[in-house]
Amino acid sequence: MSSEPTTHTEHAEEHEGMNKKRIWNVFYVLLGITCVEFVIALYLVPHGIITYHTANPIYVVLTLAKAFYIVGYFMHLKFEKTGLIFAIIVPVLFIIGLILVLTNESHHWIDLRM
Amino acid sequence: MSTTTTNIDEVKTTPWAGGRSPFSVEYGKMMMWFFLLSDAFTFSSLLISYGALRFSSSAWPAPDIVFKAFPYVSENAPLVFVGLMTFILIMSSVTMVLAVEAGHRNAKKEVVWWMIGTIIGGLMFLGCQALEWTHLHSEGFWWGSVPDIHKLFEFFADPKPSAAVATTYGHQFANLFFTITGFHGFHVFSGVIINIIITINVLKGTYEKRGSYLMVEKVGLYWHFVDLVWVFVFTFFYLV
Repeated sequence: MSSEPTTHTEHAEEHEGMNKKRIWNVFYVLLGITCVEFVIALYLVPHGIITYHTANPIYVVLTLAKAFYIVGYFMHLKFEKTGLIFAIIVPVLFIIGLILVLTNESHHWIDLRM
Repeated sequence: MSTTTTNIDEVKTTPWAGGRSPFSVEYGKMMMWFFLLSDAFTFSSLLISYGALRFSSSAWPAPDIVFKAFPYVSENAPLVFVGLMTFILIMSSVTMVLAVEAGHRNAKKEVVWWMIGTIIGGLMFLGCQALEWTHLHSEGFWWGSVPDIHKLFEFFADPKPSAAVATTYGHQFANLFFTITGFHGFHVFSGVIINIIITINVLKGTYEKRGSYLMVEKVGLYWHFVDLVWVFVFTFFYLV
């Protein structure tokens, strides 16, 4: 019963938490990550400093980091109720499942095509 | 005995006790989240199919060769144009979230300006995409068609594959590229239209009368999702 007023004030604080300064900070993070990706794609890989076998997982990790910042801060999901966060995030496990299945499958396809 | 009765009769106020949304978001906003979730599945299916076909291919057109043109500026600037497109879309996401922030303060004028900024960003992105499609089309790529074999070989990194292999995977690349960026571009286009409608409503004072700019927040969710999808398209089509 006492949880009611506290959640309301918490919510108000969180709204203020996403102020202009914070919005621009998230923007700089996104811009920075994109710049790192460009450095890898245009400098590190062509000059043979790292191979694309190393670069590709790095791209995926950086992309997921960007996704976290967009969904968490711009779409405000990080500040929603835990129930809503889980309702949105848990179904994404199906996507991960499909990725695993089809990655495995594609390794067989390449054998069939040879 | 009497204490038990009062305990049962007592009105529960916990989040999951019923009578209100346990997620404490308005109905429309929650439905927007679930719509976006379903849209995420659609985009994932397309992108994962692309990934599976590409992983199982023995050769694939090299992104830094295919996307090396910056229309009207340079014929040899790999990935710079798509970098600009990414910047435009992230920028329009920022103006969108600033519009939402202004909505929380009920600052009507600011909401309008940030929304107009978002619409301009969306239109710029669509313009860039139109240029890129035109460029690829002029080189011979389209749904179901690839450039003639001599030109097509230019798009593959050394060592060059056989003509049959280049034609097969050139076709797969073209089909997947136009389908996936087309589907995304269509989302951007719908987003621009929806943003225009919402901006007109803001100007008419619809949300001022309603007392909340929640609609701006809802279209904001959609717009950020479009940006989010682009982040993935950018990585898997242009970088990997």
